[in-house]
Amino acid sequence: MNWLIPRAAEGRKPATCETAAVRAILLGIALIFLGMFLVIPVVAVVYQALEKGVAAYFAAISEPEAWSAIRLTLLTAAIVVPLNLIFGIAAAWAIARFEFTGKNLLITLIDIPFAVSPVISGMLFVLLLGANSPIGGWLVSHGIRIIFAVPGIILATLFVTFPITARELIPIMTAIGSEEEEAAMVLGANGWRTFLRVTLPNVKWGALYGAVLCNARAMGEFGAVSVVSGHIRGVTETMPLYVEMVYNDYAFAAAFAVASLLTLLALVTLILKHFLLADSSVAVIARASEPVERIAA
Amino acid sequence: MRERAPMVLKRRNILPGFNLTLGFTLLYLSLVVMLPLSTIFLKTASLSWAQFWSTVMSPRVVAAYRLSFGASLISALINSVFGSIVAWVLVRYQFPAKALIDGLVDMPFALPTAVAGITLTALYASNGWIGRYLEILGIKVAFAPLGVVVALIFVGLPFVVRTVQPVLEDLDPDFEEAASVLGAGRLQVVVRIIAPAVIPALLTGFALSFARAIGEYGSVIFISGNMPMRTEIVPLLIMTKLEQFDYAGATAIAVVMLVASFLMLLAVNLLQRWSSRRLTAQGV
Repeated sequence: MNWLIPRAAEGRKPATCETAAVRAILLGIALIFLGMFLVIPVVAVVYQALEKGVAAYFAAISEPEAWSAIRLTLLTAAIVVPLNLIFGIAAAWAIARFEFTGKNLLITLIDIPFAVSPVISGMLFVLLLGANSPIGGWLVSHGIRIIFAVPGIILATLFVTFPITARELIPIMTAIGSEEEEAAMVLGANGWRTFLRVTLPNVKWGALYGAVLCNARAMGEFGAVSVVSGHIRGVTETMPLYVEMVYNDYAFAAAFAVASLLTLLALVTLILKHFLLADSSVAVIARASEPVERIAA
Repeated sequence: MRERAPMVLKRRNILPGFNLTLGFTLLYLSLVVMLPLSTIFLKTASLSWAQFWSTVMSPRVVAAYRLSFGASLISALINSVFGSIVAWVLVRYQFPAKALIDGLVDMPFALPTAVAGITLTALYASNGWIGRYLEILGIKVAFAPLGVVVALIFVGLPFVVRTVQPVLEDLDPDFEEAASVLGAGRLQVVVRIIAPAVIPALLTGFALSFARAIGEYGSVIFISGNMPMRTEIVPLLIMTKLEQFDYAGATAIAVVMLVASFLMLLAVNLLQRWSSRRLTAQGV
């Protein structure tokens, strides 16, 4: 039975460790809790997806509407992630490299989407650009549809995810310091050259980490997109919305089939996170910035 | 001889790009964040105070507030207790597959909320893997307020673990060893030495978990059943009002939620500042 009892971690002397029984009980509680809330749901997704067989699984995924949902989700991520990366780098450069009044206010403003519930985020755009608003009315009369169309989905996702990249890059660029860039400037490089040859290589792992997190959030966003999309079948349904629609139609196996794709995305995200955190600069910074960024999701 | 003022070297920044990056940042921020946010206050201003109050205090809305805040509080408390245990076990013990489990703790952050919602519903329904056993015990989880609590536990799970873990990792073993040498029992050491160091982080994690839970939408709407007055959460109520084009009503409810969220964010920031001050003061 000895293998059931956890050993103390490295560097812990027996005097500062609990008795074996207490250790076993604590580990048991932790594993049961995590098992119930983490492991079993993941297993359940896979099981439910394959419940009607592999053929039905692939049929569910290749439904035309499922396919258009997948395409829309990928399109949204493909637009949102690069835009937010550019914003993150620009904001990090402005905040980490310069001193100016209102810097703290700017950082607080960047954090705003984290404090706002997703449904409220979507509602903001409906209020701003919907047919009943002044701007929206003007847009609709000129034939431009934003709310209840794809551009609205992209905008709402942009709102919800843009702090993620900034919050990863700002601490990293602050920690790296500007010595290398100043040296490059002194040696005669101009701004762009410094940026491309010195700054970008230094932050590439952090930027990649931010992009991975941003992508996971962008593809999985449900509340905000649900409000602005209008749920038009085959046109403005992203993968999470498609899962909801199909589930409400009692087509459970199909819902879980597409859900399993999203779960796979989540697992890949976790694996990428693990490997990117192996870079020491990213790990230190990621840990420091983790708490507040996690409110939103 | 006239006294000269001391020479102060002014730090000049030779790095370019300030105007470009700050300008772009402000533009992006304005278009994507400030403009949408301003509409909510403009819209609320269109309601009279009496209308606002009657919307926000109507029975259905109050019931939703009770459920949202109550379930969030319970789930945050449960996450605090079990999250601390998980953090302890991850930091202090060595066991097989520890790295795997450590990574898995981030799952609720990576998994789309809709997927979590349908999965938890399937699990806790009367014929689900877990629900069928709870049914025998007479506990109804799916389509009941308890289901909301379960879903919120899932989404808030990583917060306490991830805020307590670094603090536990950075704890100096010297204090524990000294206490143990001076004759303290293990429980005494935990209560007198470890707990005070961990409490600020624990409170931060609790506040984060709570803040996340009150705004949660996707994971909850499937398992709750969405019955008005009983299992309806505030975000869903906002959604319902939007679908009925009652924009003023939706905005009114949203403003209350926003005020609560901003207060939570303020509390979290204050807690983090308090805890970092405590840690730096404690660090020898």
